[in-house]
Amino acid sequence: MISDFAFLISGAGLICLALFRLATSADLLMRVLGLNVLAIGIAMVLLVSARGAEGTDAVPQAFTLTGIVVLVGVTAALLALAERVAEARDE
Amino acid sequence: MSFFLPLAILMTSLGVAPVILMMPDSARRLRTGVNLAAASLKVALVAWLSYEVAHGTSFDLRHSIAQGLELHLQADALSVLFLALSSILWLLTTIYAVGYLEGGTDRSRFFGFFSLCVASTVGIAMAGNLFTFLVFFELLTLATWPLVVHRGTSEAHRAGRIYLAYTLGGGLALTLGTIWLYALAGEVAFEPRGVLGDIPETSPLALTAIFVLLIAGVGVKAALVPLHGWLPLSMVAPAPVSALLHAVAVVKAGAFGIMRIVYDVYGVETVQALGLAAPLAALAALTILWGSFRALTQDDLKKRLAYSTVSQVSYITLGVALISPVAAIGGLAHLVHQGIMKITLFLAAGNFAEGEGVKTVRAMDGMGKRMPGAMLAFTVGALGMIGIPPLAGFVSKWYLGAGGLDAGQPMVIALLAGSSLLNAAYFLPILYRGWFCAPPEGVTPGRRLGWMLAIPPATTATLVLAAGLLASAPFSPLGWTRFIVSLEYL
Amino acid sequence: MSDISLIVLLPLLAAVLTAALPRQAAAIGTLATGLNAFLAANLGRQILHSGTVTEAIGDWTAPLGITFDANGLASVMLAMAAIVGLAVSLQAAAGPARAGFWPLWMATLGALNGLFLSSDLFNIYVAFEILGLAAVGLTALAGTRASLRAAFDYLTAGLVGSLLVLLGIALSYSVTGRVDMEAVAMLTQSDTGRIALALIAAGLVVKAALFPLHFWMPGAHSSAAPAASALLSALVVKGALYLVLRLSLEGGAGTEFLRNTLAVLGAGGMLWGAWNALRAERLKLLVAHSTVAQIGLIALAIGVAGNPLETGLWQAAALLMLSHALAKAAMFLAVGRIAEALGHDRISGLNREELRPGPAEFAFAIAAISLVGLPPTAGFIGKWFLIEGLIDKGGIHWIALILLGTALSAAYLSRVVSRCLRGGPHVSATARRPPWRTGDVAALGLATGALLLGLAAALPISLLETPFA
Repeated sequence: MISDFAFLISGAGLICLALFRLATSADLLMRVLGLNVLAIGIAMVLLVSARGAEGTDAVPQAFTLTGIVVLVGVTAALLALAERVAEARDE
Repeated sequence: MSFFLPLAILMTSLGVAPVILMMPDSARRLRTGVNLAAASLKVALVAWLSYEVAHGTSFDLRHSIAQGLELHLQADALSVLFLALSSILWLLTTIYAVGYLEGGTDRSRFFGFFSLCVASTVGIAMAGNLFTFLVFFELLTLATWPLVVHRGTSEAHRAGRIYLAYTLGGGLALTLGTIWLYALAGEVAFEPRGVLGDIPETSPLALTAIFVLLIAGVGVKAALVPLHGWLPLSMVAPAPVSALLHAVAVVKAGAFGIMRIVYDVYGVETVQALGLAAPLAALAALTILWGSFRALTQDDLKKRLAYSTVSQVSYITLGVALISPVAAIGGLAHLVHQGIMKITLFLAAGNFAEGEGVKTVRAMDGMGKRMPGAMLAFTVGALGMIGIPPLAGFVSKWYLGAGGLDAGQPMVIALLAGSSLLNAAYFLPILYRGWFCAPPEGVTPGRRLGWMLAIPPATTATLVLAAGLLASAPFSPLGWTRFIVSLEYL
Repeated sequence: MSDISLIVLLPLLAAVLTAALPRQAAAIGTLATGLNAFLAANLGRQILHSGTVTEAIGDWTAPLGITFDANGLASVMLAMAAIVGLAVSLQAAAGPARAGFWPLWMATLGALNGLFLSSDLFNIYVAFEILGLAAVGLTALAGTRASLRAAFDYLTAGLVGSLLVLLGIALSYSVTGRVDMEAVAMLTQSDTGRIALALIAAGLVVKAALFPLHFWMPGAHSSAAPAASALLSALVVKGALYLVLRLSLEGGAGTEFLRNTLAVLGAGGMLWGAWNALRAERLKLLVAHSTVAQIGLIALAIGVAGNPLETGLWQAAALLMLSHALAKAAMFLAVGRIAEALGHDRISGLNREELRPGPAEFAFAIAAISLVGLPPTAGFIGKWFLIEGLIDKGGIHWIALILLGTALSAAYLSRVVSRCLRGGPHVSATARRPPWRTGDVAALGLATGALLLGLAAALPISLLETPFA
């Protein structure tokens, strides 16, 4: 299962990169992007874990789906907040 | 109905405190009325309780907090001793404080915390186990802090910070010791001759450590050297606070705690078996001498009285630590005797300051002519402290000395003689200046003090005389003390 | 529909209604908080009477089910949220609330109730997401730049935390094939399982603002409006702490490695928070740093509990959580009133004002007694059990740390209280006393409750002693 392994590795790589970026960057937009990358990395790991010998398990896929829904909502909220912060700075 | 009296005695101050705190400052008549009614009611209730206890009735008020953790109020002979002292002196000091703070600010806050302070004292007196004692002991710390900083000056706040640091630190030690003892022995109820059973044999080291923690905890309030530093500083508080703090509330709570720990938690035999009595006695002796030495050099009248307190309170500790029934009688009687003598001195000193603006020893010249009543009361208190017969202080010292001989410690006689000489050395100059020096030139007569300031010191001075003259009567402090000691030692 | 699902659905329904009818929001919200308190009390009574109550929603049962499990611990937490909620609602209903407060607060309450009752990991994750978003909204409500920025940081940290939790849950599912609480004990058997647990725990540490991952918290809690700060500090961080405790209970002896870390972090937080509170110049910041310290103490208590199935030490942690919630909410409400009356919240300026101390200062002082843990408060009873248990176990170094933390908390809180005891030369003779407001009543009520809770500690303790299902 080479492709599973590749998924796992690239997922873990994305998680590490994103955490590094989140820890070092002060730019709000950059942090929103970092969070999204982090979430995608985690989604990849979850999807790999769903694959088993007797086919694909639906439960981790459901987790991933929930995660994506949450991510979309939170990203929207973060962008809105970032814009309000920028406006407040202009005042 | 065995719960009614302890509850009523507690609530006459604990229940009144929030009511007074909520009152607007301007409601002077109402506040004074409520305050004095509660204080008088408490004296009556305590008298009733004393009568019942003397006839063998037992009182019990319990509230369970958790398994093995219980608030328990009771009344034994030792409680009654402390209760009678605090309730009577509270009434007198309240009258005095109403007069003293006439026209001052934040009086509702002052009297609210004053009541809370006495509520904690009463709780300490009636505590039936170590946990309950701890609860009220800490409440006392919190209730006295606003009184110490009452004047609001930065000096007062500094004194308040130091007071809080000392007493909360002591509270931590006491808390740790208490929890440790509970972990070791289960619930620690106060019973004559101690409650530790066979633990002293199995873990003597732990018990010694706990004893040190507990005594350090209560020792802060009892102003044992080297834990006494807060006491002279807190003299910035108004006179009634100093009087109550020194005579009744704080230092007495500490001394009373030492009694409870030695007599009713450990028991004298265990304390002696663990080898803890001699160090405690030595500490008390050191405190007696050190306090007197420091008092010699103070020019500020209240500071001199404060160091005198440091010294005199340790007579009580000494009486407890000598492990002799005769010395115990002296120590316990001194709990009351020192209380009435010291409050007389402080109330009189407050009158000097209020009436003539005199706050230092140097300015005392001619006080006998300027304020004869207050000076007379002060003289009775001072002579009592020195131990002149037939005043109350003589009775305590007599029994302490006899107890020293009884315990095979003749050094105690030397200690008492030395201490009495020092007492004389720092009190007699004040009396000399007051009665025999002429008032300074050009001094204008001060303001006339009302009856609220005059009556309380006169009353306590009379009590000092009565406690000495009538020492052999059954309800005198000494008579009651004999009754207590017979329970512990027979 | 049973009481259990009702107590989760009612606030969520109220959230929708208050959003739809903003004019009646205060009335609906207050009514819902009242009903919620009634339901919580009723549930507690049931549990005392007949033990743990469970309910499987939509007949989904373990290992995948959506089960609500009302045990003694959960009901204590529900009661905590209900009591604090009543006071906060009272305060908010009296003042001019900002638009959006009520729906967000109701959603917070519903998410918290769901979190306390859920007994499967995925449900808990969902509850956390609702809680996190609502809490961020509460932070941002103040509308100032500081609060918006704090909300952004809060949301970022919260999302990282929940992604870690999600990853842990998925990993745990791949190891055990289940998401109910039974999985936790199984996880401790294998290395992968322990990694999964550690991931979940790390996510929770971020959300609980436990040192050293608390960086987002003082800013968020100090820049929000008073009612929101009270909710965030008293209740929202408790959600994560509750879950840490729950995992530790379910994991039993196998989660020792996590508990040791937790105890060390807790001790660090206790000292670090206290140090910052000692140096804080603004009142709200001091109170927020004190939350860091108190969370440290609670984490320490959970951490040193050893195997919680064998000792009662974890009950001390639960009591400390309860007492901190009441006292801290009271404190934030009081600080809000003080700042409103003075027009600022600089600590150095507290004592030189043309205003006498009022009921809010009094409430602050009483709450401070609870936070320091002096008798007879519940904080004292909690510390008592904690130290007694540690003496039995021989953890003398932990006791020393706890006593140090206690002394420090007395030091930083007395900075404020001593300035509240202003008088004498600092107050002019004509200075007036601030008039009573509803906020004072709420703060004073909560503070008194925290004080008296110690005397009534028998009730929460008997709830905590109810055996788990």
